[in-house]
Amino acid sequence: MRSMKKELSYFPGCSLATTAKENNASLKLFLNYFDIRLTDIQDWNCCGSSSTHSVNSKLALSLAARNLFLAPQDKPLLIACPGCFLRLGQARQELNGSQEKQKEYEKHFAKTYNPNLKLLHFFELLVQMNNNGLFKNLTGRLNGLKIAPYYGCMLARPPSMNKEKNHYGLIEKTMDSLGGESVQWPFLSSCCGTFLSVSRPEIAEKLVNRIMQGAIQSGAECIVTACAMCHLNLEIRCRPENRLPIFHFSEILSLALEGKASKGWFKRHLIDPEPILQQRQLIPCQTS
Amino acid sequence: MESITYGHVAPDFVDQVEMMSHANLSRCFHCLACSAGCPFCEDMDYLPNVIIRMVQFGMKEAVLKSSTIWLCVGCNTCSMECPNSVDMAAVMDSLRQIAVGEGIQIAETGIYSFHNAVVDSISRYGRTHKLEIMMRYKICEKEFFTDIDLGLKMLSKRKLDLLPSRVKDKKAIKSLFEMAEGK
Ligand code: SF4
Ligand code: SF4
Repeated sequence: MRSMKKELSYFPGCSLATTAKENNASLKLFLNYFDIRLTDIQDWNCCGSSSTHSVNSKLALSLAARNLFLAPQDKPLLIACPGCFLRLGQARQELNGSQEKQKEYEKHFAKTYNPNLKLLHFFELLVQMNNNGLFKNLTGRLNGLKIAPYYGCMLARPPSMNKEKNHYGLIEKTMDSLGGESVQWPFLSSCCGTFLSVSRPEIAEKLVNRIMQGAIQSGAECIVTACAMCHLNLEIRCRPENRLPIFHFSEILSLALEGKASKGWFKRHLIDPEPILQQRQLIPCQTS
Repeated sequence: MESITYGHVAPDFVDQVEMMSHANLSRCFHCLACSAGCPFCEDMDYLPNVIIRMVQFGMKEAVLKSSTIWLCVGCNTCSMECPNSVDMAAVMDSLRQIAVGEGIQIAETGIYSFHNAVVDSISRYGRTHKLEIMMRYKICEKEFFTDIDLGLKMLSKRKLDLLPSRVKDKKAIKSLFEMAEGK
């Protein structure tokens, strides 16, 4: 089976729309290949990011809420960025827990609130795809590429959400089923330093280099992350001696679709992944 | 790491924090799992669980002036470890907001300027514009010369867009900011 026809609405978020365009492009290409079509939420806005809730809870709720009200109510909403997923998820939980807030925002947006809007994590979608047997024909495609799976804090949640699925192990499982080899290493869920990379770079540098050294010592040839923020931090705060290519999860998935991955994505990386791609004969084709 | 001295007690501080954060601080039995797991604890002046204790002791000023509340990035790593479901990230959010609201001298001004630069960017475009956030932050912190090489490299790789990606409905964003200000 090669397709899983699905129409999803999609929240790209600021990182995927800008700094991590290659993440966005590879994600869309990969899903498109299996007939999963994404439509961006019309005129979506920033989820609030880490900063808004740090200084203004009400504003954080309002920013996230606008996206929830804008999303088409009859389709699941796919959110690729783990940060955005958490922000929108927390806003939804807050609204679902308060009739008063629901009413306030219904009045503000002049729309009815749908407490049952399905927020779909990219990982959950991958689980569904795998369960549908979509990856069966792709075995062996990654030619034994040695991967350090890196989750950072992307799966960590506040206590009010601690009964939800964890999905640790999904990167490993998926990579292995496509012919990659995942290493075991201690830093898979160690935070990358997020925004401290800007305001306290020495702290982020310490964390990032610890992570990078860990990956090198584990024998990995690259790191795979599903968070664009982690991707950027690992690349920009890594000291030259600790360099190891970093891939977006969706780029690696697309590399398993022979001849589909685009050279242009990898050109945007700050740590050049081409040597390892060549060595493993994973040759991206299109130039756009 | 500083030891704490009991003093300047504000007995209602704990109520204020619990009300704002919806976290139940008396659930904490100081097992230290949060602090052991926190990736930033080496650079904090008080460990996260110590902050909880200080809040319970009413040590308002010391807590609000601490670097810990700003170094916490809200990564929730601690929440995954806490056996008693204390929402540390929510507590830290509340503490930062109280510190700002009460005009306390902020220990980590750079981090605070960064948050403001992000919120500012959202108010202008409805989305974050990374290049402008970096520039504003650098100007605000007078750090003109750090990371220039990096900035240029990111520009050349088109990791930093010159122009922002923006929301069309500017009024809608403005109204969200007004709503948050209680207008
Ligand atoms: S992990 Fe939870 S119970 Fe243990 S010290 Fe931290 S907040 Fe308290
Ligand atoms: S949420 Fe804050 S206190 Fe908890 S682990 Fe992350 S940075 Fe540390």
